Amino acid sequence: MKYNWDWGILFSAPYMDWLISGLGWTISVALAAWVIAFSVGSIVGVARTVPNRAIRAIGTAYVELFRNIPLLVQMFLWYFVLPEMVPDDVGRWLKREMPNPEYFSAVICLGLYTASRVAEQVRAGIEAISTGLSSAGYAAGLSTTQVYLHVLLPISYRQIVLPLTNEFLTIFKNSSLALTIGLLELTAQSQQVSEYTFQSFEAFTAATVIYVAVAAVVTLIMHKLEHLMYVPGFIGTGDK
Amino acid sequence: MMFKKIGVLALGLSAACLTLEASATEYFGTLKKINDSGTIMVGHRESSVPFSYLNEAQEPIGYSIDLCIQVVDEVSQVLGKKVNVEYVPINGKTRIPLLANGSIDIECGSTTNNLTRQKQIDYAHTTFITGTKLLVRKDSGINEVEDLEGKSIALAQGTTNERAIKKIAQEKGITVKILSVKDHAQGFLALKTDRVDAYSTDDILLYGLISKAKNPQDYEVTGRFLSYDPYALMVRQDDSAFRLVVNRRLSALFRSGEINSIYSKWFDNMNVPMSDMLQTAIQIQTFPQ
Repeated sequence: MKYNWDWGILFSAPYMDWLISGLGWTISVALAAWVIAFSVGSIVGVARTVPNRAIRAIGTAYVELFRNIPLLVQMFLWYFVLPEMVPDDVGRWLKREMPNPEYFSAVICLGLYTASRVAEQVRAGIEAISTGLSSAGYAAGLSTTQVYLHVLLPISYRQIVLPLTNEFLTIFKNSSLALTIGLLELTAQSQQVSEYTFQSFEAFTAATVIYVAVAAVVTLIMHKLEHLMYVPGFIGTGDK
Repeated sequence: MMFKKIGVLALGLSAACLTLEASATEYFGTLKKINDSGTIMVGHRESSVPFSYLNEAQEPIGYSIDLCIQVVDEVSQVLGKKVNVEYVPINGKTRIPLLANGSIDIECGSTTNNLTRQKQIDYAHTTFITGTKLLVRKDSGINEVEDLEGKSIALAQGTTNERAIKKIAQEKGITVKILSVKDHAQGFLALKTDRVDAYSTDDILLYGLISKAKNPQDYEVTGRFLSYDPYALMVRQDDSAFRLVVNRRLSALFRSGEINSIYSKWFDNMNVPMSDMLQTAIQIQTFPQ
């Protein structure tokens, strides 16, 4: 391959600053989206297990809808289509006056999409607990809400730390799709470096290394968390 | 009967000559790659109207694609065998890496020849000349780049226009909100949905976008040229043998005047006659055999 390598550009102004700012956007999109994903996902996941059939149906519909539409298409829908569906004034506000429309569209889109995946983990966590425990709860006179709050959720959340690590890692990687709606996150910035310098391979290598480093840090934190959350006597809790 | 015999004889002779030539020549670089694989990888754009874009059947067509078909024909003649064409979609961001790493052998799009890019790749003859302008809604009141003060503009990532507009805005102290979009189609979509007040790229591409719009009468291309953009087909660096093959066919098209009919085919319905500058460029690049 005929190519003039120049690793120095990665550390020269302004390209290094671009990559750092890109990393900042990537982390802030991922974390904000994770807050939405975790809270909405928990509610939907619980909804999928409750005795009430209507609530269960709504939970299932949510998961099927958000999980089955490609994320890229969802980005496009939130950013380009939503402002055209709402009343003109709201649409105009969304397009023009709202600060950082790219950022908020990306966070909401990524958050709600990942919520459908978190919901499935939460549901699996609850369903993995033998019915004996909830029956015992009811026999002790607890209401359904109390059974969830004091018996099911405390055990299930501690067991799904491992599968949630996966989702948490994925949200960092999926945040790169925000570049298609114009958010200059890490991938977009590395592309910009490559466009200004035409040192494409150096720029993309830098992005790769940074993503791997972020993933390693996340994995490490979640691994520690998993050990803290370990429930003695239950399966699926990894090595000890 | 007589003609048929002569025809067969001629065919046989030329085939013999070609095999002789093919076996006698050893190829290097891109020509060797094409000769070994029997296939030339042609990079094309998806929405660079009328240079290189997809038709309803999702096949690449356009002015640059027609020129590349000619080039492929020249390559077939040089190698003495029919070369298969494989089209590879590229965009402003991928074109240089894909050319450098061998995923494509020639880029047939709408690429400005500039010296920074020449550090990584090489160009054949200039085939079109244009420059950066603004595309706006007719009722927007924007005539020149200075009128963008306090407004917003969409710019496609990885284009020379992106850099030109950012540089001018910085030099003149114009505060304009910039939305970075993926390609020309998305930039025009941002303008259509009123997300931005203007979109900017090479003026010929802007006319192309208008010609494909649902309400072409609502939009106009405005302002002075903000940059000088000569287009050329891209080839790999340090491969003058392949570049010569490409340039030889381009010069032949320029010499025979065939370039005029190819030009008319794509630009007549857009009402863009060949500029004096391009005519001069073509004359200068008509090198003798």
